[in-house]
Amino acid sequence: MVGIIGYGVYIPRYRIKTENIAAVWGEDGEKMAKALGVFEKSVPGPDEDVATIGVEAARNAVKRAQIDPTDIGAIYVGSESHPYAVKPTGTIVAEAIGCSPHMTCADFEFACKAGTAAIQACMGLVKSNMIEVGLAIGSDTAQGRPGDALEYSAAAGGVAILVGNKNVIATIEHTSSFTTDTPDFWRREGQAFPSHGARFTGEPAYFRHVGEGARALFKKTNTTVDDYDYFVFHSPNGKFPIAMGKQLGVPREKLEDSLVVRQIGNTYSGSAMMGLANVLDIADPGSKIFMVAYGSGAGSDSFAIRVEDEIVKRRGEVPTVQDYIERKTYVNYATYAKYRKKIKALV
Amino acid sequence: MSEKGVAQFWRKIKAIYTIQGDHCTTCDTYYFPPRVVCPKCRRKGQLEKYTFKGLGEIHTFAIVRQAPDTFKRQIPYIVAQVELDEGARLTAQIVNCDIEDVHIGMRVRSCFRRITQYGESGIIVYGYKFEPTMRVTGHE
Repeated sequence: MVGIIGYGVYIPRYRIKTENIAAVWGEDGEKMAKALGVFEKSVPGPDEDVATIGVEAARNAVKRAQIDPTDIGAIYVGSESHPYAVKPTGTIVAEAIGCSPHMTCADFEFACKAGTAAIQACMGLVKSNMIEVGLAIGSDTAQGRPGDALEYSAAAGGVAILVGNKNVIATIEHTSSFTTDTPDFWRREGQAFPSHGARFTGEPAYFRHVGEGARALFKKTNTTVDDYDYFVFHSPNGKFPIAMGKQLGVPREKLEDSLVVRQIGNTYSGSAMMGLANVLDIADPGSKIFMVAYGSGAGSDSFAIRVEDEIVKRRGEVPTVQDYIERKTYVNYATYAKYRKKIKALV
Repeated sequence: MSEKGVAQFWRKIKAIYTIQGDHCTTCDTYYFPPRVVCPKCRRKGQLEKYTFKGLGEIHTFAIVRQAPDTFKRQIPYIVAQVELDEGARLTAQIVNCDIEDVHIGMRVRSCFRRITQYGESGIIVYGYKFEPTMRVTGHE
């Protein structure tokens, strides 16, 4: 059956604390961190972008899966911060991991769920025997307008998932999606920063799409919350996934391991996939994972995943999400502004 | 910016994305960047494409404090000569390392980074830099 045959993550080394950002904008840092459930966020180095993050994550995934990179027949990179407006990030990743040229490739964009849309596309190609292995990447160096609420959470990181049907470490038993035209968050062509509908991003956007997406998958699979050991919801902050869990009746302990957002912020296209990777790092074979990714605009992708025995053999060689979370160097707001090109005088 | 330099960069993509050089099977020497002929064996040499493992140690280094405009955001940064385990030596930036921690003999591994760009509308050049080996690089 089709599933995950390898996965790898990458989180840049730099972090900024919520209280440092709050101090610049005259906010109460402690209160802000607690309210958002985000205590620090990852910051990419001045020479890191979606392509470099994607390559590092993809190399980790290939190492874990122990496959020949030329077996990969498709690469889809999901992001909302692709380095080029026109020129696929996937071409750079493919060349850097050594799987070009006999493969198909495209870049995906669906706010924070472009990476899971890429997983679904790869599943289709593998299931129809068009390819042996597909590589789906969710990678972002998210932008937040200085002083905007999003600046506290917009972070950087990436997750690469290899989809195949041989030596599967986690079977994707079912997937379904829920999509509408809901303008909660957008960025127009040529704009440096996104805009959003403030409180509108909650109820009609995140909670409706994640909630409906989850209920639809429960119905489709004839399962309930009790049938799953872990839950992973897209985490734009630390507050939304917990509130979503409450609405659906998910016990807090089943959600806890996915909440990496507290230490690294919202990695956008990597967000739900990063939570999933953290769960895959620790879950016992036989565990069942329920994941719902959300992308503004708006839609959700839901997945029911079963962890297989094979996963145990694939641990140890490749760095875990926690390894990356623990590797950190704090920067102040000025350095963060310099690295993120918020200081425009420099080229 | 115009297309100037694009072809030059494109020809090197394989070499600088994956650290691909040559191995001379006659004298068992590894070369980077790729050579047309083995400088030691000349016409007796047999060159094969070889992708380096990307592990090595710092042979020597310098701290750059006065940089070209495109590197100003990164000052101060480390530029080192890295001796790869296979024997070839190359010059590269060292990242994920504070300037007070770098030392000769430090174990490093290659990582993938943005090197430069041809202006705001030109191409972006990616390639290798090196970082200290540690738990997150899959080493202890």
